[in-house]
Amino acid sequence: MADIGAHFIEIGLMDRLATKDTAIHRLDPRAKLLTTLVFVATVVSFGKYEVSALLSFFVYPIALIARGDIPARYILKKIILVAPFAILVGVFNPFLDREPLLTIGDWSIAGGWISLLSILVRFILTVGAALILLACTGINGVCLALEKLGVPRVFTAQLLFMYRYLFVIMEEGMRMVRAKRCRSFSKQDTGMKAFGHMLGHLLLRSLDRAQRIHSAMSCRGFDGHIPSMKQLRLTSGDVAFVAGWSGLFIIMRLYNISQLLGSFITEVIS
Amino acid sequence: MSHHIIEAEDLHYKYPDGTSAIQGVSFRITHGESVAIVGENGAGKSTLLLHLNGYLLPTEGALRIGDYSLTKETLNEVHRTVGMVFQDPDDQLFMPTVFEDVAFGPMNLGFPADEIKKRVYDALETVGMLHLKDRPPFKLSAGEKRAVAIATVLSMSPNILVMDEPSSHLDPKTRRKLIALLGTFKHTKIIATHDLDMAVDLCERTLIIHKGKIAADGPTRELMQDEELLEQCSLEKPLKLQCCSLCGKVSV
Amino acid sequence: MHMADALISPAVGGTMWVASAGLIGYCSKKIRTVFDDRRIPLMGVLGAFVFAAQMINFSIPGTGSSGHLGGGMLLAVLLGPHAAFLVISSVLVVQALFFADGGLLALGCNMFNLGFFPCFIAYPLVFRKIVGDKPTPVRLCIGCTAAAIIGLQLGAFGVVMETVFSDISELPFRTFALVMQPIHLAIGIVEGLVTASVVAFVWKARPEVLSAVSQSKPVGSYSIKRILIILLAVAALTGSMLSWFASSYPDGLEWAMFQTSGSEELEAPEHGIHASLASIQGSTAFLPDYGFASPESEAEEELPGQWPAIDAGTTVSGLIGGLLTLSIAVLTGYILRPRKVTP
Repeated sequence: MADIGAHFIEIGLMDRLATKDTAIHRLDPRAKLLTTLVFVATVVSFGKYEVSALLSFFVYPIALIARGDIPARYILKKIILVAPFAILVGVFNPFLDREPLLTIGDWSIAGGWISLLSILVRFILTVGAALILLACTGINGVCLALEKLGVPRVFTAQLLFMYRYLFVIMEEGMRMVRAKRCRSFSKQDTGMKAFGHMLGHLLLRSLDRAQRIHSAMSCRGFDGHIPSMKQLRLTSGDVAFVAGWSGLFIIMRLYNISQLLGSFITEVIS
Repeated sequence: MSHHIIEAEDLHYKYPDGTSAIQGVSFRITHGESVAIVGENGAGKSTLLLHLNGYLLPTEGALRIGDYSLTKETLNEVHRTVGMVFQDPDDQLFMPTVFEDVAFGPMNLGFPADEIKKRVYDALETVGMLHLKDRPPFKLSAGEKRAVAIATVLSMSPNILVMDEPSSHLDPKTRRKLIALLGTFKHTKIIATHDLDMAVDLCERTLIIHKGKIAADGPTRELMQDEELLEQCSLEKPLKLQCCSLCGKVSV
Repeated sequence: MHMADALISPAVGGTMWVASAGLIGYCSKKIRTVFDDRRIPLMGVLGAFVFAAQMINFSIPGTGSSGHLGGGMLLAVLLGPHAAFLVISSVLVVQALFFADGGLLALGCNMFNLGFFPCFIAYPLVFRKIVGDKPTPVRLCIGCTAAAIIGLQLGAFGVVMETVFSDISELPFRTFALVMQPIHLAIGIVEGLVTASVVAFVWKARPEVLSAVSQSKPVGSYSIKRILIILLAVAALTGSMLSWFASSYPDGLEWAMFQTSGSEELEAPEHGIHASLASIQGSTAFLPDYGFASPESEAEEELPGQWPAIDAGTTVSGLIGGLLTLSIAVLTGYILRPRKVTP
């Protein structure tokens, strides 16, 4: 249950990263969102045994981490934390797919190992891209971009509400857990019944809060529509960002840069 | 200047579950007055406040706020007249940034963009929180949250300010600052509180609510000296009116 | 059971994205028509509640392991299916962005698995049928448990299908399903019981919260319409999936014809998909002298001249090139890093 506190800090840190002011942070959130989507789509479109061509895609996250002043180690740590599921599903590949696919001298490597490696590389790339998008755009920016790209206001508005009250309700939950722990002595696990009651209490408090928020909103003229004043203006820099990166992704999708470079080097050496 | 007046006439309110929270309350608060509403827990303060912003409508009796009597039809006007500062600023600060939060009211009132901006800047300036305008509200300290919550109301330029426990959860220095800030407002003020010292500082008049009725209505200093009355209503003489235990003097 | 980007193909991810985006649009519209301005703060706060609740663990009796609330069914019970779908979706968005749970492309899959099934299948067809118009504590409890179990089973099946269709993981359909379904039966039972106990608590403490939802609309009058909508959605979904499959299948067939001599591999269904995907791969591979070719290319070696045999040379050059690109990328990052200006 210490993790609830850890999550808390985590979200806060991601938020803080988003308040930095770098060239990447200043880009239109739509530009970053679209570029990230193109990135993810091109990465996952590779065949399942592809590894070398994927490596060139690291240039995007690395460039953003550098320009956006994002701590690379932190992003890596987060990726590793969530890796188990991908590993779990991919880890059987080497056992199920034993056809040798690659030989170096006397060694042969089964296709399954390659596809597992490919899954891991994809995983790092796609998850990293999502985290970086958030770290240099912020949840408000992402929501604004979604909205301007046509996602219904009802959805984005309640998403922002959820995000806003995440902190408040998590803190309430955390206080409850702490108070319970103080009185449970050696019997530390929460039984299902106590758990149900605790959640029930938290739920009732949340419902009360929703009611209070609503009354605070209606005091200020809320009539079901949340007004938005924020305007976005796409600059030529934003367009260049999307076009440039997307173009690069497509080139890297079509031509295996690593392979080309590798053959060039080996030829030069030999 | 009739729009600065609040007048309650034999107000009754019964919750749907049958609890009778207010039983015949009458008072009249006029322009520029600063009134404290005090009373023990469960006396009916909060229920009364919920009437002042139109969240609850009286089951019996009438409430006049400014030029309007409180009904479903006049809610919008009432919301414009009365600025309500809630007890928990987290309930009041729901937008992604401080700026948007303070702009929420004016935007709903349909002001043009530059007018909205001006109002937001003015309101934040008044409470001294302009430097926080781009921050997300949940990152603020308790005192900052409180000040911003007040700004969200000021930006609608209400005539009457209603506040629920404005000094709760604040450290002594922040509390002191808040009291000083509230002292500069020229609005009609209604403050529900347990902080009787603040009531002495800010409000010349006090309503004591006890079991859904008004137990006393009069000048704050006089009521706060009436130990029998205070005892009866589960209240206690404010510290600054008590004799100093060291030197035996009253501070004010 | 969040799907990850790394495990799905663009076709599956894209289809599910379209399906989920459509559902978001539909639900948003639906909510606007029956608008109650309390809804937005309520949805937001309940989303935050589910988020917080997911972080509190409890111990599952007799197993020594712990579980937490998923919350999909609870939201459907408290908010009704349309609002609940939107809330679940936004929980998933935040999880994907902040905790890298799932991924951006996989969001569509996750919204569908964790949102559509509980809200639009389990809730109307199981929960409402059991609870009926006049909820009683027993009915609520049975309804919640049954609906949560069925919702999770369907969701788990969604994960299996999406994974198999994507063919990134090597897990065969049957094995994967045999692992996923029982695990999620256990999770579903726990989830159901927790949901039931929370609902029971609320029912005792504040019955009006639940009765407001259960009385919002009579079950009979709109369930038929809703089922029709669901069927249409499912049909559209499977249709688009199948058409994508069919469009690539001819190539697969072609490939299979070459193999008819002495190939028993085609019996298993996953090989069909496998083969078709491999042929897409073949057609999109612009550089035939790939170091890391697909195993199918080995089979195709039989056709002389079309595919070069795997040769150690290209492998080595691939490795060197890969390492080099990676180091160039890192170096670029280092160069791009803004210099700290000393004041």
